[in-house]
Amino acid sequence: MSQDLTIKEQLDQLKNKQVKASDLINESFKKIHENEKHIEAFITLNEEQAKLDAKKLDEQGFDEKYPLFGMPIGIKDNIVTKGLKTTAASQILANFDDPLYDATVVKKLKEAGAINVGKMNMDEFAMGSTTENSSFHVTKNPWNTDYVPGGSSGGSAAAVAAGMVPFALGTDTGGSVRQPAAFCGVVGMKPTYGRVSRFGLIAYASSLDQVGPLTRTVEDNARVLEVISGYDEMDLSSAPVDVPKFTDALTGDVAGLKIAVPKEYFQDGFDEDVKESVKHALKLLEDLGATWEEVSLPHLKYAASAYYIIAASEASSNLARFDGVRYGKRSENANNMLEMYTKSRSEGFGEEVKRRIILGTFAMSSDFYEDYYKKALQVRTLIKQDFENVLSEYDCIIGPTTPSTAYKFGEKSKDPLRMYASDLTTVPVNLAGLPAISVPAGFHNDNNMPIGMQIIGRPFDESTVYRVAHAYEQETGFYKEKPQIGGAKS
Amino acid sequence: MSKISKEQIKHVAALARLEISEDNLDKYAQEVGTLIELAEELNEVDTTNVKPTTHMLQTKNVMREDEAKKWTTREDILKNAPDHKDGLFRVPSILE
Repeated sequence: MSQDLTIKEQLDQLKNKQVKASDLINESFKKIHENEKHIEAFITLNEEQAKLDAKKLDEQGFDEKYPLFGMPIGIKDNIVTKGLKTTAASQILANFDDPLYDATVVKKLKEAGAINVGKMNMDEFAMGSTTENSSFHVTKNPWNTDYVPGGSSGGSAAAVAAGMVPFALGTDTGGSVRQPAAFCGVVGMKPTYGRVSRFGLIAYASSLDQVGPLTRTVEDNARVLEVISGYDEMDLSSAPVDVPKFTDALTGDVAGLKIAVPKEYFQDGFDEDVKESVKHALKLLEDLGATWEEVSLPHLKYAASAYYIIAASEASSNLARFDGVRYGKRSENANNMLEMYTKSRSEGFGEEVKRRIILGTFAMSSDFYEDYYKKALQVRTLIKQDFENVLSEYDCIIGPTTPSTAYKFGEKSKDPLRMYASDLTTVPVNLAGLPAISVPAGFHNDNNMPIGMQIIGRPFDESTVYRVAHAYEQETGFYKEKPQIGGAKS
Repeated sequence: MSKISKEQIKHVAALARLEISEDNLDKYAQEVGTLIELAEELNEVDTTNVKPTTHMLQTKNVMREDEAKKWTTREDILKNAPDHKDGLFRVPSILE
């Protein structure tokens, strides 16, 4: 089964003519049709076109210059795909059937030979951490369908975990790649801010958003990031820096690396099993020749508050573009221009989106700007400095990706405050613009759900992050475990 | 007492071109109020002389020639529009 193979191994099989691109695509859709009724990871399937694309590649013949030749990929539905419906899981874009262009990341994937099998479910406009905020349907966790897959890239993580696709793209504004990766037991990378072009990504919070790959292994992840990275003249917030060959960093050698472990990630409220898994990982890395020390990030506890003000403020501005004029939903109940705006938006946006737009508009309004928005940006500076201080002495930072494993539907999502507090581990990384990965770190003793470990690196040093993640992954081999769809782990 | 009143919610929603029904104003005041309260813990932090971070990268102005590039057609731009006529987006009346 190709589900058990890395991208590299599949490319080797294609090269040796053991399989064809069409075989891989057919297998992917077979898995999708078997499991989708349990998981509901997709919003839109691209079956007909994907099969045509595979056929075309087969006629062309395998060529090594395509680093992802024939690889099936899922794309989160807030990333624009030419001619393929793109909704951001919102009713306001439910009829956006025919986008005019591909996002830069999609263009790069296609140029690398990857085949888009469909668009992945998510929380509406990436606002949420369970995928329950999708306006279409709820995605389930493949390890146990009573549990949330995490979010907002829940469809992407679940599809990879269920073996429907070897990899998928997600987006991460406050943890939306890493947290679902942790909950679904896959590898998820949020690259350094500016590493990957945001052109064609439907913006939530522009100073925080990054596109990142979700994969089964660290090696696959590095391979996909190599393809989608790089400066883009269509996105002036993308960084004009060289893209190293991330796969070259996967040597297994972590000897001499200095790891920082923030004590804030081991406080009360963090699940004991999760903490134990990370401690065990540190011991393992120590055996491999790395050293670690406890550090403190004193402003971490303010990260969630700063994040919600900044993200909501940017969202209130970004989502102003949905006005019912050029594309998307227009209310049928409007008699004049002002009503067209107001009714289209009120009917088209879901509750969580409205809540964040209102919070953001409030925080940006002239009476409150200094008190909330500016204050949050100043605290952001202090959080960034905390990380800079630690990373000037250490090669990377390690902690749990999330304070707990996945929870059952309805368990936490009814309490917004509690949901927001669970963003403590991932959110600060976006505020500081750093690269960070979540890598599988075992299973919880009580609920058998996957545990994720987070490795945070210096700006544009994804290589070190991948090096550590890969060394740990190869020692432990958790990626070899697969869910029995609909049931407990085998 | 919520940190934001029903009237404020109504006002801010109108600024954002959103309509919140009377029945829902309480709920929004409650929920948004909770988030504002959470944000007020930021006041514990001394930010005297701390510069705000609006962006991650040290960006600078990039200059280029002001050249128009044709990247798509009028037909394509209009094809996702809810309503159009004679090559233009059509909207409801602006003046009564």
